[in-house]
This record gives sequence, C-alpha cells and structure tokens, in this order.
Amino acid sequence: MTRAGWIRLALIAGALALLEAACRFGFISRDAIIPPTVMVQGAWHALRSDETRGDLFLTLQTVGLALVLSLVAGAAIGALLHKAPRLRRVLDPLLASYYAVPTFVFYPLFIVLFGLNRWPLVAIGFLFAVVAVAINTLDGLSRIPRAYLRTAAVMRLSRSQMLIHVILPAAAPWFFTGAKFAVAYSFIGVIAGEFVVSGAGIGHAIAFAYNSFDNRMMYGLIVLLFVVVGGINTLLWSWERRLYARLAGR
Amino acid sequence: MSDMVHLRLDGVTRVYPSATQGRAPLHALGPISLTLKQGEFFSVVGPSGCGKSTLLDVVAGLAAPSDGSVTFEEKQIAGAVPDGVGVVFQEDASFPWLSVYDNAAFALRRAGVPEQEVRDRVEPTLAFMGLTSFAGAYPAQLSGGMRQRLCIARTLVTRPRLLLLDEPFGALDQQTRLLMGDELLNLWRETGATILLITHSLDEASMLSDRIGVMSARPGVFIDVVETGWPRERDSRIVSEAAFGQLTGRLWASLRDQSIKALAMAS
Repeated sequence: MTRAGWIRLALIAGALALLEAACRFGFISRDAIIPPTVMVQGAWHALRSDETRGDLFLTLQTVGLALVLSLVAGAAIGALLHKAPRLRRVLDPLLASYYAVPTFVFYPLFIVLFGLNRWPLVAIGFLFAVVAVAINTLDGLSRIPRAYLRTAAVMRLSRSQMLIHVILPAAAPWFFTGAKFAVAYSFIGVIAGEFVVSGAGIGHAIAFAYNSFDNRMMYGLIVLLFVVVGGINTLLWSWERRLYARLAGR
Repeated sequence: MSDMVHLRLDGVTRVYPSATQGRAPLHALGPISLTLKQGEFFSVVGPSGCGKSTLLDVVAGLAAPSDGSVTFEEKQIAGAVPDGVGVVFQEDASFPWLSVYDNAAFALRRAGVPEQEVRDRVEPTLAFMGLTSFAGAYPAQLSGGMRQRLCIARTLVTRPRLLLLDEPFGALDQQTRLLMGDELLNLWRETGATILLITHSLDEASMLSDRIGVMSARPGVFIDVVETGWPRERDSRIVSEAAFGQLTGRLWASLRDQSIKALAMAS
C-alpha cells in the first residue's frame, strides 16, 4: 500500500476509535449512535438472519437490473446523440439540468405503470443512473482522436471491426467512468426508494429498524451496506487503476 | 525508380460545400495534375491551409475529389482506400491500449493474416524501426519519435506500395527529424515503395525528395515542381552541401509570396 493509503487507513481507524470512545464513555448518547464495535456485531447478526440475506439479495437484484438497463440504454443514447449532433444540441441543456429533477416524484406514476412490485424501484434506479452513462459515453465518443478513425479507415476495417477494435477501447475510460457513476446512482436510487416507499429490501429493513428503535439492527444494516457497496467500488477502482495505468504506460 | 507511372492525378479539385446558408462553397484544392513514377520520393510543400492534407486525403481515398480523377496502379481511386496504400498521419495514431507489438500487428490481424505470418512480418519491421526491445511496452512509455516510428512500422507491415506521409515528423525536434529522415530514406530504399510526403518543412522536403511540388495559397495548385537531383543513396549529411542551401532557397523564393497571401487570407 502507498503512503497515502496508510495515512487514509490511519485516519479512518482513528475516527472509528474516537467514535468508539465517545460512545463508550457517554459523550454521545447510545440512543443516537452506538459504538462501532456494536455496529459490526449488529452487521454480523443481521447477516446471519435469513430475512436480511433475502433483503440484501432483493436489493442487489434490483440494483443489478437497474444498472444493466442503464448501462445498455445509456450507451445507446450516448451513441445516438453522438451520431446526431443536431439532436445533441437540442438535448444538451436538458441533460445538463437532469439531476435537478427530483426523480422520486415519478414513483406513483411507476406504480401505476408497473404495478406494486420491484419494477418501480428498478425504474427509479435506472432513471438515476442512465443519464450519467449517456453523458460519459457521449463524452468518450466525442474525444476519440480523429487520427484513430482515419487510421482504421486506411486499414479498411469493417464497421463492426472499427467499433470493437477501435471505438470501444478508445472510449472505454469514459464509459467506465459512466459505469462507476451508474453503480453509485443505482444504489442511491434503489435504497432510497426502498427506504421511503418499498415493503422489502435493505432500505426498507433499515427504515423498519429505525422506526422500531432497533439501533443495533439499523446500524448493523448500514455497516453491511457500506461493506457491500465499498467492496464493489473497490473492485471497480482497482480495475480502473489498471486500465489507466496501461493507458499511461505505467 | 522505374519509369512506370504509379500514381496519376488528372485535374483533381476538392470543393467543400458551405456549412452556412448563403456562404460560398470553399474551393480548397486544385485543379491538380501530377504523375508519380514507381519508387519515386515526391514531397509537397505549401503555405498553411493550401490544401496539402486535402490532397493526401484524396490520394488515399479518404475523400473523393469534387472533379478529376486519381489513378493508382491503373485503377481509379473512388472514395475508398485502395489495396497497397499506407498512410502515416501527423498526429500520434498509436493505440494506447495495445502494446507496441500488438499495435504493429493490428492491421494484419484484422485482415485475418495467420499468426505465424504476422510474427514473420512484425518482428523484422520492429527490428528495422529499432523497436524490438520495446515490443512489450505501451505507447505511453515511448518518446514522441518512437511512437511515430511505431505508426510507420504499423503501416509498413502491410507492405504498402504507395506510402502517404502527412507531416509525420511535424511534432518532433529538428535533430530527431533529421535522424527520422535518415530512417525514412533507408526504408524507402529497402521497400522500393513510392512515397508522397506532405510537409511544411522546406529542409525536410529538400533532404528527402527526388522531386518537390510547391503549392500555391488556397485553392492549392502546383506553381513549381523542382527536381532535387540527389543520388538514391543519400542521408541527412547532404544538409551541409551548398546545393542543399540553393535548393531550399529556390523553394522559399517560390513560396514566399504564397505564404504572405495565405497569411493575409487567414487574418
């Protein structure tokens, strides 16, 4: 690990130790925050419960579906806007202000459209993520050096060869950034949706524990969620580092 | 150099339609008529914006002429890159996600050439361009000159009979340009390819070419075609000869007024 990595780790460990001490010695009320060690115990306890594992699986399934749909649709929208500059000029201001729209207001509409099941949450997660993918795909396609495309033309590559061997690898770093945003936004959309309006999933379980004053369970679930999302992000981060290291020649 | 005509341009023009309504179309090039013999090294110099790169695009088949025709090996080029033509651009076009070896092998693999033949062609070409020890490296680990050599190697493995070079050393310093010029001359003698070099450097054109075409300000037409008279066995040491200075001086005498005109058009 790098020096910066060790410092980061020490800072987090220090903050957790401080919180532990503050909770243990009564500086912070246990009604508000419980010690981190108890949170971890709560997470372990939650993980051993079939019900929590079911909630976690349901949430991951919903996020996964929203993510896949947003990646496919976002990439397609990005490619379409790249091919149609006039349409892009029309939609640019809308895309720029997209995240000012409170997506949750559409939840009742989605229930009408899809029924009382997981699909409204998939739609919320999808809406959160899709534009990030589209914008980054568009950015990536626009930044492909013209010399690459001309070189491919000189080599008489077919359209599919050009797409697979030149366009996709050249735009990959931007698409990857879009995918990273999509993971984060899908989780935010789905968990927040579950928290407020759903009857199942980790978000709902956290809300239920909160309403039942079950701090150990609530914090345990939050820790569990941190571990899952952190694990996925760490994987993406290390993948991205490898990708950029190759492009930078390190 | 043989007497066989390898490339012929007959009255080639290129006019870009106006992007804005009410504005006149842009007449970028021509009419240009030119014949290149097989194995000839021909350079094109001209003021900025005179249509040098447009000329290369038309010859490469990357752009269709608005009028006139381009014939390569007695077949007309009709808006598509013909077999046997290789192009090296001024910009670094090496693919950063591929190693040096994979970059060099790229075109052959896409064309479905068997892996053994790919090796047989790529390894000697990398050796010729002095890149063997960097075969596993990525372009970002190479200097600008090495990346340009890689782009040339990637083109050479396809064994082009006509090599089109669009200011390939434009981003390099003067010393590296001279050395790269030596390598280019070696390559030219070794392969026997016909070379059309687009350059803004009068020194580069004077040192490398059998003939030099001097273009006018836009729309670019040839206002002079100069025979250098250099022997086939030549290298960058000729820059110290008196004839080299005279040649460069003659080119500048032809170009000076055109360059002033081009500057006035641009401002």
